[in-house]
Amino acid sequence: MNMLSEVDVEKKLYPAPDQPKAKMKGDNVSVFYGAKQALFGVSLDVPEKMVTALIGPSGCGKSTFLRCLNRMNDTISICRVTGNITLDNRDIYDPKIDVVQLRARIGMVFQKPNPFPKSIFENVAYGPRIHGLVKDKHHLDEIVEKSLQRAGLFTEVKDRLHESGTGLSGGQQQRLCIARAIAVSPEVILMDEPCSALDPIATAKVEELIDELRENYTIVIVTHSMQQAARVSQRTAMFHLGNIVEVGDTEMMFTSPTEKRTQDYITGRFG
Amino acid sequence: MTTAYFLILALLTVSWFLVGRQRASSIAGADPASLHSLPSYHGLFLAALICLPMILIFIVGAPLAERYIEARAFSGLDPATISDELGRSAVLRDIQSVLAGNYAGTATPELTTAASAYSSAASITSWLLLIAGIAAALVAAMFGFRLIGPEFRARNSVERLVKYILLACSAIAVLTTVGIVFSVVFETIQFFSKVNPIDFLFGLQWSPQTAIRADQVGSSGAFGIVPLVTGTLLITVIAIAVAGPLGLFAAIYMAEYASPRTRSIVKPILEILAGIPTVVLGFFAALTVAPFIRGSGESIGLSVSSESALAAGLVMGMMIIPFVSSLSDDVINAVPQSLRDGSYAMGATKSETIKKVILPAALPGIVSAFMLAISRAVGETMIVVMAAGLAANLTFNPLEAVTTFTVQIKTILVGDQEFDSAKTLSAFALGFVLFFFTLVLNFIALQIVKRYREQYD
Ligand SMILES: Nc1ncnc2c1ncn2[C@@H]1O[C@H](COP(=O)(O)OP(=O)(O)O)[C@@H](O)[C@H]1O
Ligand SMILES: [Mg+2]
Repeated sequence: MNMLSEVDVEKKLYPAPDQPKAKMKGDNVSVFYGAKQALFGVSLDVPEKMVTALIGPSGCGKSTFLRCLNRMNDTISICRVTGNITLDNRDIYDPKIDVVQLRARIGMVFQKPNPFPKSIFENVAYGPRIHGLVKDKHHLDEIVEKSLQRAGLFTEVKDRLHESGTGLSGGQQQRLCIARAIAVSPEVILMDEPCSALDPIATAKVEELIDELRENYTIVIVTHSMQQAARVSQRTAMFHLGNIVEVGDTEMMFTSPTEKRTQDYITGRFG
Repeated sequence: MTTAYFLILALLTVSWFLVGRQRASSIAGADPASLHSLPSYHGLFLAALICLPMILIFIVGAPLAERYIEARAFSGLDPATISDELGRSAVLRDIQSVLAGNYAGTATPELTTAASAYSSAASITSWLLLIAGIAAALVAAMFGFRLIGPEFRARNSVERLVKYILLACSAIAVLTTVGIVFSVVFETIQFFSKVNPIDFLFGLQWSPQTAIRADQVGSSGAFGIVPLVTGTLLITVIAIAVAGPLGLFAAIYMAEYASPRTRSIVKPILEILAGIPTVVLGFFAALTVAPFIRGSGESIGLSVSSESALAAGLVMGMMIIPFVSSLSDDVINAVPQSLRDGSYAMGATKSETIKKVILPAALPGIVSAFMLAISRAVGETMIVVMAAGLAANLTFNPLEAVTTFTVQIKTILVGDQEFDSAKTLSAFALGFVLFFFTLVLNFIALQIVKRYREQYD
């Protein structure tokens, strides 16, 4: 008993670098848009409380894979997903799973900032309200403030919480979307090229934020920027033509990729 | 003659367009780049130089010519017969029928003389007009023709011309509106010299009949518009109560739930509703809906008049559904997909997304759709005439007969009228109030939209 717990503690403090706990697992995932196949039996583990980067040339299926993880592909009528995806070892495509609750556990941030045309406050309060997470007005205020703080936006907007969210700058809008996503305390946050519409300074802020969020959330980020993947992620998966070419620790991938295609892509020879 | 004038105008315009273009390309020769402007711009420039003076001369000359012709025709007539506007137009009608050879009865010698004076003056002036027009056009064209050359900036001149043409078009539209408003205001003021505005605006009784004999009962008529206001409001409210929810929900279904295929079938069918002539709908209201309402009302012990506000309102509601649904569908579709994705990704259901994100974002458009529908309902006449009757009852009971502004205007102006009687003039006053009504409505809608925009955009 005693021994065991010591081992547990040790495991927590020094997790084996090559065997982190997988929060989500994709196994043999294929996706079809009508007759067109976009993913060909992709398997990928998403380690808990780490940032996993998905890289690869455009059209290779990164977004498609990401959207499988919170079942956003359900909203596209022609889209069909096969294979197995689990969250904490439960199949998320199980008919018994309520997709609405699933998406409350797996937040998403999009390529183009998409705040609702509502006030900053209402944007962040949206999720807690629809999921009935709030007891009263005071509690809601608290959640909104905390989420904005975590997203590093609170000091910038605290005097204008009731002004429109669409009036913010692009970078602020994206951090507002991140605040909106974390307001429902998700376990996983998916980000689809969250910085591609932002200028370098706003990008740096969001990257910094991602690095902080890693402490509490499991993050999967699609990016077309190699430097970004290298800066923010611990693991990287390289996609090409609907397949995963290589997965590994980010450092390894960028210093000594085993696959020729990865090497070519990282050094900018295609993509 | 007018036809000939404009035929010649068209011919000259086309031919000088060709001349100008030809001239420019022959100047350019083998090197088209040596011209500042493309040959067709030179052509257009010449065409405009031909056509504008001719149009101008016609616009100025034609009324002058008409004055002259009338003066010649009237010169030999007894001044008593042409002392007022009515007499003059009667004489002119006679002259025209003599000239056309279908004058009833035998023309007096004076009339025959007047007719021949008329026709000779007419032919002289129209020749003069034609010659003046062509001369001005040719002078302008020769001037333009000399300008054509590599340096000449025909392209910029045409551009400026386009601007003025567009300006003229919008000016015509605005001036027409202003003119209509002024004439209505003018007649309304005349009406108010006969009827006290307070009685008009706050009177509870509307019965605009004019007396035939001075001692007749009710000879002065009663011009209180309150019953018309309530009647119009009652029918409009019923119509919107029908069309608002149905139209909006149909729009939400089409935009958010229906498959593209279903939508492509349902939407045009709904739009056909808007194309049904209102007289047919009125028919339907009077012969099907009204008796049905009456029958079902009586079966539960209500007394329903055979013409009721409810029947008219219901059918009018059907009529304006497409205005609400089609426009709302368009604006809902225009809400960016990224907002839907954002909401779904937060774990919202479809109806939550619609209620909390899509409808608020589409609100300005939906408000304008409703406003359009309301102004259609307020302005609708035929259905009310057929289904709600003409009785100006002051009531809020939808089961009774009521009447509206538009119906009263129509009733007053149909048939023979004394032009300056209070009854006839009251139609203008009603028109003015109606106009004011819709203006206020539009203003309110604009404010709603603006307020919303300020908050969210
Ligand atoms: N909604 C859709 N309908 C049809 N095909 C799609 C749709 N979304 C993506 N695809 C196709 O799937 C493939 C992968 O797209 P995507 O996942 O967006 O690539 P990436 O994000 O890596 O650039 C592409 O060939 C794309 O054309
Ligand atoms: Mg993508």
